[in-house]
Amino acid sequence: MVAADHAGLRSLGKNEVVGRIRAVLEQVPDPEIPALSIVDLGIVRDVTPARVLLTPTYTGCPATLAIEAMVRIALDQSGFGDVGIETTLSPPWTTDWISAEGRAKLKAYGIAPPVPAGTRAVECPQCGSTATEEVSRFGSTPCKAQWRCRDCLEPFDLFKCH
Amino acid sequence: MKDETRTQNPPRAGENLVLFDTLLRLGDDSLILGQRLSEWCGHAPSVEVDLSLANMGLDLIGQATHFLGAAGAAEGRGRDGDALAFRRDVLDFRNCWLVEQPNGDFAQTMARQFLFSTWQQMLFDRLTASTDATIAAIAAKAVKEVTYHAELAAEWVVRLGDGTEESRRRMAAGLDWMWRFIPELFEMDEIATEAAERGIGTDVTLFRADYDARIAAVLAEATLEAPKDQRPIVGGRRGHHSEHLGHILAPMQFLQRTYPDATW
Repeated sequence: MVAADHAGLRSLGKNEVVGRIRAVLEQVPDPEIPALSIVDLGIVRDVTPARVLLTPTYTGCPATLAIEAMVRIALDQSGFGDVGIETTLSPPWTTDWISAEGRAKLKAYGIAPPVPAGTRAVECPQCGSTATEEVSRFGSTPCKAQWRCRDCLEPFDLFKCH
Repeated sequence: MKDETRTQNPPRAGENLVLFDTLLRLGDDSLILGQRLSEWCGHAPSVEVDLSLANMGLDLIGQATHFLGAAGAAEGRGRDGDALAFRRDVLDFRNCWLVEQPNGDFAQTMARQFLFSTWQQMLFDRLTASTDATIAAIAAKAVKEVTYHAELAAEWVVRLGDGTEESRRRMAAGLDWMWRFIPELFEMDEIATEAAERGIGTDVTLFRADYDARIAAVLAEATLEAPKDQRPIVGGRRGHHSEHLGHILAPMQFLQRTYPDATW
């Protein structure tokens, strides 16, 4: 982490400050799916030099508070101690906001990325087969369902379309 | 003794009373059902079912956190969501009777979930248009999760209803228990009527027919007959509850009552 340098930050333009804050946020992992950053997950809604606007994934997601705490620490350690954190519910987060990079990271991590509602062809993240089936509508976290592959026989998590 | 004299927070005049009470009703429904579902944790018939019940409980408690936080702000007496959840007694709770009913067996729990989540989904769908921005935002956020709950519960009603003789008997019994609490979901008292008139809430009677049709469609698929209508039981919205609520609050509130504002 970069040591706090308030004098240096003050000389930067607005866009540059926002860019640096974004760079800090890109280093903050989702606590439950550490392969993804909170930027990949699409929960960083807006950044200004004054504050970071976050949104929760699920209403009852227990990671929400942990994420806020991690963002606070990351900002403080990078010299952005004066940048506030706000949260908003509206408009509600959707899995459409997971970035293309985020979807690729999910798959590489062994979690099938969300598929559009109504689509039942879920690709096994291990072998790529679409001969897959749902085991349980809920998985290890609120955002995932349990699936298994009928070809390679491996169980896997599906990030639910939300 | 009249109930009013025992109530710690008697209704007050003022514009925010309707908003406060509306938020309490929404938040308490979610909180109490969330707490009920959490009782299953580690006891469900299979690990997948255990996960489903715990996750639905988590969603509901998340809703309650938002609704009760907003209720505290509307009340303006410095109480936050935790104070409202942990330091009110039975008579101050505004949840419906359905959510406080015992878990019973898994079929009874799913019967309750089916009847409640179907209603909650239709309610939240309409509350996304609430004139209160907070209620609209919470409803829009939560309705996607609740849709999932309603689907999951309907699938279990079908699977158990159209299953073995034993599973069918249990689902029929579960529905029979819960059926008498449906009318309360569609009750419009003074608070609900004023909330609907002001656009904060919605007139629930307007979707009763849709609700009945959806329930009937799932029961038909489950090859189950609708239970006979029974004498409806109402009163939860005014603080009149079954004997079950006190037993739910005891373990839920014990720590905060014994060690107020405890932190770790």
